[in-house]
Amino acid sequence: MTGSPLLRVSDLSVHFDRSARPAVDNVSFDVAAGECLAIVGESGSGKSVTARSLLGLAPAGAHVSFSELTLAGESLPAPGARRWRTIRGASIGLVLQDALVSLDPLRPVGREIDDVLRLHTTLSQRERQARVLELLDAVGIPDPALRARQRSGELSGGLRQRALIAAGIAAGPALIIADEPTTALDVTVQARVLDLLASLRNNGTAMILITHDLAVVSRVAGRVAVMSEGRIVETGETSAVLRAPTALPTQQLLAAIPVDVPRGVALSVPADADAPTASAASSPPVALSPTLPSATFSTASLEHPAAARPPALELRSVSRRYPTPRGEAIQALDAVSLTLDAGRTLGLVGQSGSGKTTIARIALGLETADSGDVLLNGNEWGSLSARERRPLRHTLGAIYQDALSSFDPRLSVERILTDALGVGASGTRQSLTTTSELLDAVDLPQSLKNRRPLHLSGGQRQRVAIARALAPGPQTILCDEPVSSLDVSTQARVLNLLDELQRHLHLSYLFISHDLGVIRHMSDRVAVINEGRIVETGETEEIFIAPRDPYTRSLLAALPRVRR
Amino acid sequence: MTVSTDTPTTASVSTPATRLRSLGWIARRVGGGVFVLWAVATIIFFALRLIPGDPVDAILGGPGSQASAEAVAQIRADYGLDQPLIVQYFLAMGKLAVADFGTSYALKVAVAPYVLTQLWSTLVLTIASLVVAWLGALALTLATSGRSRVARALGSALELLAAAVPHFWLASLLIILLSNTLHWLPPISVPGPLGLVLPVLTLALPLTGFLGQVMRESLANAYEQPFVLSARARGESEWGVRLRHVLRHAALPGISLSGWAFGSLLSGAVVVETIFARPGLGRTLLSAVTIRDIPVVTAVALLSALTFIIVTIATDVVDRIVDPRVTEVAAR
Amino acid sequence: MTEILAGRLSRPAGRAPGIRGRGGWLRNSGVIIALAVLALILTAALAPQLITTADPDAVAPAEAFQSPSAAHFFGTDESGRDVYTRVVFGAGNSLLIGIAATAVGLGLALILGLLGGLGSRLGDFVSTRIVEVMFALPGLLLALVFIAIAGPGVVTSTVAVGLSTAPGYARIIRSQLRSVRSASYVEAATVLGHSRARIVWQHILPGALSPIFVLGTLGVGQAIVWASSLGFLGLGVAPPAAEWGAMLSSGRTYIDVAWWLTVFPGLAIVATAASFTVLGRALNARTRQEARG
Repeated sequence: MTGSPLLRVSDLSVHFDRSARPAVDNVSFDVAAGECLAIVGESGSGKSVTARSLLGLAPAGAHVSFSELTLAGESLPAPGARRWRTIRGASIGLVLQDALVSLDPLRPVGREIDDVLRLHTTLSQRERQARVLELLDAVGIPDPALRARQRSGELSGGLRQRALIAAGIAAGPALIIADEPTTALDVTVQARVLDLLASLRNNGTAMILITHDLAVVSRVAGRVAVMSEGRIVETGETSAVLRAPTALPTQQLLAAIPVDVPRGVALSVPADADAPTASAASSPPVALSPTLPSATFSTASLEHPAAARPPALELRSVSRRYPTPRGEAIQALDAVSLTLDAGRTLGLVGQSGSGKTTIARIALGLETADSGDVLLNGNEWGSLSARERRPLRHTLGAIYQDALSSFDPRLSVERILTDALGVGASGTRQSLTTTSELLDAVDLPQSLKNRRPLHLSGGQRQRVAIARALAPGPQTILCDEPVSSLDVSTQARVLNLLDELQRHLHLSYLFISHDLGVIRHMSDRVAVINEGRIVETGETEEIFIAPRDPYTRSLLAALPRVRR
Repeated sequence: MTVSTDTPTTASVSTPATRLRSLGWIARRVGGGVFVLWAVATIIFFALRLIPGDPVDAILGGPGSQASAEAVAQIRADYGLDQPLIVQYFLAMGKLAVADFGTSYALKVAVAPYVLTQLWSTLVLTIASLVVAWLGALALTLATSGRSRVARALGSALELLAAAVPHFWLASLLIILLSNTLHWLPPISVPGPLGLVLPVLTLALPLTGFLGQVMRESLANAYEQPFVLSARARGESEWGVRLRHVLRHAALPGISLSGWAFGSLLSGAVVVETIFARPGLGRTLLSAVTIRDIPVVTAVALLSALTFIIVTIATDVVDRIVDPRVTEVAAR
Repeated sequence: MTEILAGRLSRPAGRAPGIRGRGGWLRNSGVIIALAVLALILTAALAPQLITTADPDAVAPAEAFQSPSAAHFFGTDESGRDVYTRVVFGAGNSLLIGIAATAVGLGLALILGLLGGLGSRLGDFVSTRIVEVMFALPGLLLALVFIAIAGPGVVTSTVAVGLSTAPGYARIIRSQLRSVRSASYVEAATVLGHSRARIVWQHILPGALSPIFVLGTLGVGQAIVWASSLGFLGLGVAPPAAEWGAMLSSGRTYIDVAWWLTVFPGLAIVATAASFTVLGRALNARTRQEARG
C-alpha cells in the first residue's frame, strides 16, 4: 500500500431529522488506490447512507458531519455545492444494485454511458460513440453496437448490471463505490460481475464495495469493515476478519450463513432474536411452545422412513409451454419428474427463469400442466377441477417469498389466521386450533394479533405466513423462496423455525430456492433445475460433494463461499 | 416466465413478426373504431326519435308553422318519415355507411360540407388549447418541482384552482379583465389569431390544472427512482436530471390522458363557442339539438366520435414511441 | 374529469408520493381549509338561515345593481335581490346536484365495472365496448341529447351529468377489480382452499371497491362544475331559483355593468370544487398509505 490513501474518511456521522439514533455514527476509514474495501452489514446498518454521503448525495433530511473527507488529498465539497458535479462520475463512480431501475428505463443504455463522457470529457460526439462501444466491450458485453441501442428492460440482469458498471467507470474515476452490485443476480452471473469488479481493482481503481453478503466480500475485497447500527464494529484484512472475527456482530453474521451448516443442525442466531417482539427472547433460538404436540426432540424424523406413506407430492414428467408475444412457445417445463417423500424435504434449486415458479404453481394447482401427472399423497391432483381440488387443499400449504403481498392489506394478523383456520375442517389435529396456539408455534408474541402485516418486520411477516400455512393442518408445505428477501440473521431464524416445525409436525417440504447454501442446509434430497429440465436429483450431500451434471458443477463453482 | 440465460429477454429489433404484430394492433384498433362509430350512430338515431314532438315541425321551422296537412304529409314522405322505424334505421345506416349525411332540416343545406367547416373551426380551437395546456403544465411543473416548498405549494395550489374553474365562468372573468377593463382583446371571437386568444385561454387553463396535477405527481415519483440517483452520481446537473430523465417519465401519464383531454375539450367547446359567439361544432350541436335537426346532430356526433377515436389511437402510438415498455407489457 | 385525478387509484399498490414530508404542511393546512369551506357550504345547504337572514327571492327594484357593500356583501342583481343570500341559498341546489349526479354516475359505473371486472370474458367484452362508446360521445353531447329527450330541469340535468361521468368511473372500477383479482393475496387465499365466492366477497370486492368513496369525493366537485355548465346553457334549474350556474347565466347579460353578478357565484363553485378535490386526494393518500405504506 502506498503512503497516503486515496480516500480518507474521519468521523463521518449522519443524522436524520426525525430519528434519535444517528444512521451513521463516527465512521472512519481509508481506501488506497488499487484496494477494495468492503463495508458489510445488515439492512439498516448505515452502510448505504455512508456510501451516498461520500458523493454528497445523502437522502433528503440527512445532516452529514465529518472531521475529514478527502479524495487524493483534496477536501470534498459541502453537500449541495456545485463542485460536486465535477467530482461525481469523474473522480468517484457509483454503481447501484438492480440496473433495471438504476438505469433510466426509457433511455438506451448507450445514451446513459454517453452522458458521463459528455459531462466529463471534451470528446466529440463521434469519439464518444466509439468510446461507449469500447466501454461496453470492456465490461464484457457481446455485440456492443446492438446493446448500446437497447434499454435496460431489454437486457438480461447480467448485461444491464455490466452496462451500469460501464457507466460508472466511463470517465475513469479513481474510486468506484459499488452498492450491492450483485444482489439481484443469479450465482453464475454474480460470479462474472464480481470477476469484472476484481479486474477493475487490479487495474488500479480503488473500490468501496457495499454488501450484506460476506461470501461476496471474500471474493474481491482485501479489507473489510463491518457495520452495525451505524458504527464500524470491526475492520481488518478480509481473511483475518473472516477467520477470527472479534466483534459480536461479525460473529453473528458469519454464523448465520447456512452454506456449510449440515442438515439438522440449527443455525446460530444472535440471542436477542426479534428482540422487542419475540416472546421468549432468552430461550433457545426457537422456543418450544407447549402447545406443539409433544414431540421427541431428536433428529429422528430426518431419517424416519416414509415407509407406509405414499409420496407427499409427486410430479411425473410434467411439461408446460407458454406462448410468447412473438408467436413462438417457450418450453417452461420439459418432462419434469420430482418425488417428495412424506416427512422429508426436497430442495429444488435453479436460477431465475429455470422453471421453479412454474413448478410451484403447478404443484399448488394454480396452473395446469400440458402433460404429465401431479399426485398429492398418492392421489390424483393435477387433473382435478378447481372444485374437486378445494376439499383437498388443506393438506397442502404454501409460503411465498414476498409474504407481505400474500396478505390482504386490510386484515389484521388475527383475521388472517382465523380465516385460515376456518378452512381446516378435518379434525385431524388437536393442537394449533386457535390463533394463540399458531402464534406460539411460530414464536410470535400474542401482542401482534391486532397489527396489520404492513406494520411487521420482514421476519415477523414470514412467521405469520408460516402460521397461516399451518392453520388448516397441512401435511405438506411448499416453500417458494421463503427467506430470499430476508437479512441473513432473520433468514437463519426462519430456517430454524421451519426445521423445528417439520420435526414436531412431521411435515413434508418442497423447498424452492436459488440459494445453494439454504438448499443444502434444508434439504434431504435435492433436484437441480435448468431451463425447464431437471438435470440432477439425489441425496443432498451426494449432489454437493460429487455433482455429476456439468450444470450443477458450474453452479457450485460459481457459489461464493466465505473463505476463511 | 421466460427462459433466459445471459441473453436479452426481449429484443426491440424490428423483425417481420413484430411488424406483423403492429399491423394486427392497428387493424384491431381500426375495427374497434368502426364498431364505436356504428354504435354511436345507432344510439343517436334512436335517442333522437325519443325526443318528444314531430320532426316535421323542425323541418317546417318550428311547431308554430301554419303548414297544411298535405304539405306535412308531403314532407313526411320526402324525408322517409312515413316508413316504419326499423326501415328508417336501415335506410339511415345505409346512407351513413357511404358518408351521406343528408340535408339539414333547419338550414336546408347539405350537412356534410356545413358540419366539416364547423369541425375545422373547433379543431383549431381544441388543438391550440391542448398545445397551450401541455406547454403550460410542463412549464409550471418543471419550474416549481424540486424547488423550495413554497414554490411547490404555490404550483399545486394554482393547478388545483385552475382545475376547479368552470369554463363559462373563466370566460366571463377573462372578458371582464382583458376586454372590458384592459381593452386588450375583443370580447367576442373575431376572425384571425387575436380572436382565438380568449377562447383558447378559457379552454386551456382548466386543462393545464389537470395535466399539471398528474405530471407533478409522476414527476415526484420519478425523482425517487434509483436512476435519478445514478444520474446525479454521474455528475448530472439538476436541470440535466430534470430534462434528460425525469421529464419523460412525468410526461407519460400526460400523454395517455391527452385522448381523454381532447374529448373533454370537445365538451368545453360547446360552452366556449356559445360565449364567444364563435362558429364551431359545439354551437352547431347546441342549436341542432334544441331544434331537433336530426341530420346535423347525427353528423356532429359521428364526427366528434371519429375525432376522439383518431386522437386516442394517436396518443397510444405516441405512448409506444416514448415508452417502449408499453408495447412489451401489452403484448405479454 | 374525475378520471384524471382518480386515475392514480387504479395504479396497483404503488407508493404514494408526497405523504412523507413533501409539501406536507400545505397538504395539511390545505385539508383544513378545504374542510372549513365544505363545512360552511354544508351549513349553507342545510340551514341557510344561520348564515343569512334575507330572503333570496325578495325583489327590490330600487336597489338593483348595487356594488358590494356592508349591506350587500356581494352586491345586488338586476331585480335588487341580494347576491350573497342567493349564493348561500344556491349551495343546497348545487351540492345536491353534485352529490346526486356522482351517485348516479358511480351506480351506473358499478354495474359496468363489476360486469367487466368480475364477469366472464363475454361480460368483460360487452362492458368494455359500452364504455368505449360512451367515451367516444362527448359528455356534453350525451347530456344535451338526454335533456332534449327528458326536458330541462334539476332531475334531468343531474342524471345527464351522472351519465356523462359514468364511463370514467367504470373504467377505474374495472381495472381496480382486475388488479386486485390477480393480487398475490387472492392467490394465497385460493391455495388455502377458500371458495371462489368467499374470495370475491371477502377479498376482491372490499379491496377493489373501497376507493369508491374517494372517487365519489373527487367527483362531486367536478359534477358541480358540470351541472353549473348545463345551468349556464339554460338547460338546468329554471332561472328564478337560486342555483350557481343559473345565476351566472343571468349575470352574464350584465357583465359590463355588474361584475359581481359573475364573480361571486363562480367563486362559490371554484371553492366547492377545489375543496372536494383536496379532500378526495387527502382521503386517497390515506387509504393508500393504510393499504401499502
